[in-house]
Amino acid sequence: MEEKQLYTVTVFTENQVGLLNQISIIFTRRSLNIESLSVSASSIPGVHKFVITCVSDRRSMEKVIMQIQKRIDVLRAFLYTDDEIVYQEVALYKVPTYRLLDEKNLEVILRQHNARILEINREYTVIEKTGHGEETEALFEELKRYDIRQFVRSGRVAVTKSPVEYLTLWLEEQDRRQSQMV
Amino acid sequence: MSEKITGAEALVRALIAEDVDTVFGYPGGYIIPVYDRLYDYTDQLRHILVRHEQGATHAAQGYARVSGRTGVVIATSGPAATNLVTGLSDAMMDSTPMVVITGQAPAGMLGTDSFQETDVIGITQPVTKWSYQIRRAEDVPWAVARAFYIASTGRPGPVVLDFAKDAQTALLDWKYEKCRYIRSYHPYPAPDPDDLASVAAMIDASSRPMILAGHGVMISGAEKELAALAEKAGIPVAATLLGLSSIPSDHPLYKGMLGMHGNIGPNVNTNRADLLIAVGMRFDDRVTGDVAHYAPEARIVHIDIDASEFGKNVHTDATIHADAREALAALLPLVAEKSHPEWLAEFDRPERVERDAVMDVELHRTSGPMTMGEVVAAVSEATGHRGVLVTDVGQNQMMSARYFRYTDPRSIITSGGLGTMGFGLPAAIGAKLAAPERTVTFFTGDGGLQMTIQELGTIMQYGVGVKIILLNNDFLGNVRQWQELFFKSRFSQTPMVNPDFVKIASAYGISAERVSDRSELGAAVDRMLAHDGAYLLDVAIDPTDMVFPMTPAGAHVDDIMLSRTEKYQLK
Ligand SMILES: Cc1ncc(C[n+]2csc(CCOP(=O)(O)OP(=O)(O)O)c2C)c(N)n1
Repeated sequence: MEEKQLYTVTVFTENQVGLLNQISIIFTRRSLNIESLSVSASSIPGVHKFVITCVSDRRSMEKVIMQIQKRIDVLRAFLYTDDEIVYQEVALYKVPTYRLLDEKNLEVILRQHNARILEINREYTVIEKTGHGEETEALFEELKRYDIRQFVRSGRVAVTKSPVEYLTLWLEEQDRRQSQMV
Repeated sequence: MSEKITGAEALVRALIAEDVDTVFGYPGGYIIPVYDRLYDYTDQLRHILVRHEQGATHAAQGYARVSGRTGVVIATSGPAATNLVTGLSDAMMDSTPMVVITGQAPAGMLGTDSFQETDVIGITQPVTKWSYQIRRAEDVPWAVARAFYIASTGRPGPVVLDFAKDAQTALLDWKYEKCRYIRSYHPYPAPDPDDLASVAAMIDASSRPMILAGHGVMISGAEKELAALAEKAGIPVAATLLGLSSIPSDHPLYKGMLGMHGNIGPNVNTNRADLLIAVGMRFDDRVTGDVAHYAPEARIVHIDIDASEFGKNVHTDATIHADAREALAALLPLVAEKSHPEWLAEFDRPERVERDAVMDVELHRTSGPMTMGEVVAAVSEATGHRGVLVTDVGQNQMMSARYFRYTDPRSIITSGGLGTMGFGLPAAIGAKLAAPERTVTFFTGDGGLQMTIQELGTIMQYGVGVKIILLNNDFLGNVRQWQELFFKSRFSQTPMVNPDFVKIASAYGISAERVSDRSELGAAVDRMLAHDGAYLLDVAIDPTDMVFPMTPAGAHVDDIMLSRTEKYQLK
């Protein structure tokens, strides 16, 4: 068996309903657990971007990519390991304000973790941290003693390190293909 | 000046614009507007009223597979739509072009559990190439054009259009344009010249090559190109179940069928070959057996239009991502003329062993009850090997695939990937309607026939001249075989108490007779074929008859049983 590791899959699609389901069933059928998922409009008008993380081996993930790419209205799907991308997650921590009031170190903790206060009122304080999973986790550990009421972490967002924008090139190729049709 | 018409009218006009002449269907509440419009187009669009929506899907599959055209189904929402799921899965597995239109609750009521609302898109997405809900009348031309383009191009497959009731009655400006381009979809990949060159070099360097011909050969119409390449480079050809009839059975280079109940020669020589050239097939586990011990000496070349098949089940050494016909035609001038007499001779011994130890036993009995094989051989012979074979699933399927002989392409219609009992009767109806000039012979078991037996009503209503040969062993024979071989003959829930099938056929106005004696078989087959119209021949079959050779599930391809007690000896 090949070694398992965390992979990041990015999928670019047309703006059509039902694609999330089509993509997710490809994982479910192979009993692959999606670790995180984020969906948003991409920088290209009309193109949506999915970022999915999943722990598996490369061969299985390559097959998943082929299956995703086969779905109509999926433009392209790419497979990455962490060293090939720049990625971040956002975490929010909601803490009762009174627990923080006489904490002298709070400023230091926030600075050390590169976190910031988003909102503060008499009842609660919301702290935000952007970073890798381990980093948001570390701050969680640190804030635990202030009695965290809510903690939420977003799916991963990622851009590639490659100097070549494969999607853009591919889209240009499709435009040429279309113009050759008529 | 544009013309305002309803969504339902647009659907019917779009079907006609896509050259559809036959649709299989069943009406209901949320599709009545479409049926109302069909009423005005009966001269251009023939609607076949089946007796169950599953039957409509299989009939459309039979229609599509014999003709290469897209099969069309219309049904209502809810229970009708769920009845279609088996046929959709079957068509997805066996790459069959099909456009299925379902009625749906009005768009505004979706999500409220309104009467006969069901999540058709959610249910069908995993088993279709594309499924789309039409919620606005103005989307009808675009959606139908796209549906036909997607279903029929690339690797064909089923498409669902879920048509909301209010979109059927709303108005749109009529204008139709066929779809020829979808940005995200590439149905015509051009073979890469480097891939072609390296595959040609591998063929030239090989001394024990074998071609594995799959369904893709016929889908792409590559029968001539296949034979030409095989002949020029002297390569023996084996076929998958769905690849049967892609090369005539009597072609000197044709070496038989692959798979669990295939011929011994191609199966054992898979593990002797130094090169396998797979064309439009997908290395199904029924073909490979244990993949870890599959083709240990061979380099594997895979030619397919669906790139996701490459490396899916077996490792490949080279691939050509293209339409099979284009790929084979492009390879032909690149390969050297060659012959491999010694390699071809390696098929002789397994062929002889199979003839003596398996076929003779099956085909040439002189006493005792009849076997399936002898009935199939008699029917094939009587049609001059020119008929279309439609099968159900089980022993009847394997026996008819094995003992039928094929002269023309597109001569076998069978449920391969899904193995759907009940597929055969409606598929035979569809095949006969698409190819009225051909003799359609349908072999079935007593179990499978009863799964869609209500379609005898369709045969009656439209006078469809299907020849039904019921290989009647009063058992779920295929399961019985496994129980005898692997479960100590504990025949759990496989004996069947059957009705009088001749009476049932007669009630539908279909001529029928029962044959229990070998000496009467030939004359009965002749009467069946001479009869103008549908016919049911109920043949009493030895329930202990088994399909051999057999490679047990998960065994090595060359680990082959010749009978209950004997194994094929490799040396
Ligand atoms: C819809 C469906 N249900 C169950 C099966 C499992 N199955 C495969 S073959 C078989 C027995 C078929 O019996 P019969 O139709 O009498 O044909 P025979 O094998 O005797 O030729 C069964 C139950 C199946 N393939 N399809």
